[in-house]
Amino acid sequence: MFGADQPLELDSGVELAPWQIAYETYGTLNADKTNAVVVCHALTGDQYAASTNPVTGKQGWWSLMVGPGKPIDTNHYFVICANVLGGCLGTTGPATLDPATGSPYGLNLPVVTIRDMVRAQARLVEHLGIQTLFSVIGGSMGGMQVLQWAASYPEKVFSAVPIAAAARHTSQNIAFHEVGRQAIMADPDWRGGNYISEGVRPTKGLAVARMAAHVTYMSDESLHQKFGRNLQDRENLTFGFDADFQIESYLRHQGMTFVDRFDANSYLYVTRAMDYFDLAHEFGGSLPAAFKETKTRFCVMSFTSDWLFPTSESRRIVQALNAAAANVSFVEIDSDRGHDAFLLDVPEMFETIRGFITGAANARGIPAPGEGATS
Amino acid sequence: MILDPNALLAGTVRGDHKVVASLIPQNARVLDVGSADGALLDLLVRERQVDGRGIELSKEGVNNCVARGLSAIQGDADTDLTDYPDQAFDVAILSQTLQATREPKKVMSELLRIGKQVVVSIPNFAHWRNRVQLLLRGRMPVTKYLPYEWYDTPNIHFCSLRDFVDLCKELDADVEKAVALSAQGNKIPINAPWWVWNIVAEQAVFLLKRD
Repeated sequence: MFGADQPLELDSGVELAPWQIAYETYGTLNADKTNAVVVCHALTGDQYAASTNPVTGKQGWWSLMVGPGKPIDTNHYFVICANVLGGCLGTTGPATLDPATGSPYGLNLPVVTIRDMVRAQARLVEHLGIQTLFSVIGGSMGGMQVLQWAASYPEKVFSAVPIAAAARHTSQNIAFHEVGRQAIMADPDWRGGNYISEGVRPTKGLAVARMAAHVTYMSDESLHQKFGRNLQDRENLTFGFDADFQIESYLRHQGMTFVDRFDANSYLYVTRAMDYFDLAHEFGGSLPAAFKETKTRFCVMSFTSDWLFPTSESRRIVQALNAAAANVSFVEIDSDRGHDAFLLDVPEMFETIRGFITGAANARGIPAPGEGATS
Repeated sequence: MILDPNALLAGTVRGDHKVVASLIPQNARVLDVGSADGALLDLLVRERQVDGRGIELSKEGVNNCVARGLSAIQGDADTDLTDYPDQAFDVAILSQTLQATREPKKVMSELLRIGKQVVVSIPNFAHWRNRVQLLLRGRMPVTKYLPYEWYDTPNIHFCSLRDFVDLCKELDADVEKAVALSAQGNKIPINAPWWVWNIVAEQAVFLLKRD
């Protein structure tokens, strides 16, 4: 919690105060404070990377990646994961009460950017007394934050792992987000963003937004394998508009469960932050300039079937890092799971991250897993 | 790495790798183009404490490199060297890869641009065994060291040691050091003029610097 005397300066020019940031930590900070890892979550993620989400009761969204003995091994590293600015799980967002009015901010919250999210995290890290981070790691929008961290605070970031990410949101990405936002705003229960005060929720609009987005997270191949043209609980087509197909039923389920854990206005704010992201723009249009003289070790990763954040976008990052003569690894991983692959059980990804982190730990002079040290 | 590694394996560290390593200064910034599974980079990091990067065409090779803690990117020597700034590395290494590039001259020129020094190891196509096969049998040479048939070889631009030295001249590169090797990577311990090496050496390692 940062009080009225500790404002957060936003890209929009507004100073946000008071503001708060909700976070979880895993593992133990070592005496030198050199083993801290910031994990950045994606659009609809949260701070519960490796612990049970109190809203859904499900295990953490990255519990395959983060935990004791996992690639980001909490026996060795101190992992911090914070809810993003504009989010809806404890960090200041549109559902937070505006101290000026006593009602939820709604659309009165200034539009936030990826850089604002990272600024907030940097304040948290500073608050925890940590000078440098051993690593900053994240996928999708989390990867955007990783790149922003490396560009804004190069001296604080020893290593960086942007996965299935991009240094800018493409026109196609913005287009999909706009469809989602329009679905929310077209819901009569959205009420110009004041639905909380009016005691309603735009669940239909938010569910449709999620359904449309969810399709972009998967690949044609994975959809085909999982659902094909299979019918849902029926032998024949009904000649109606029920969910005849399994894929329809699946998407409806995804939409319905999403609204239980996410706030519609947060969806507007966080998608907007992604749309506004264009790292090169901040550096006079030159992406290499964002990484000029960086000492950070990078590991860039993409997935073959990801068409939302395709390999070409990761290559753009790698080219810029090469042009800056940065220390960079780049791996494209074979997977048919689409953009969501970074959240799933993809052994090749785990092995790469494990190897990269171990190499970085050796370079940093902190004990890596498997070397007999305990934290 | 395009050659059959088994044909070259001499103990755990390949002979040509040992020779390359002997040419690299301690703590140098090194780019290994065609880093394969990272064996050479690993050796250089361990024995020369280099700040090393690799570029490798095969996805599997890159993943192996990164999983063993090395920095490597998936990329193509023919197209991706242009991304690097001038003199970005103390040494740029091209180990047994030149013959597999589409435009060897361009690749060499790029290496001389991005590396203050360049180390190149190449197979010598003018080795006597190859000459004999072509001359007496009238067939494209296939040896233990170069085990591919003409139709399935990834090695599309072979040269002799003399050809390579000529290319260096054309690119204004000084040959600061040259080491002739057998197929097993053992140094050929004779002082001989180029034309002898061009017959008896199966491979060679060159240390180059642009004038």
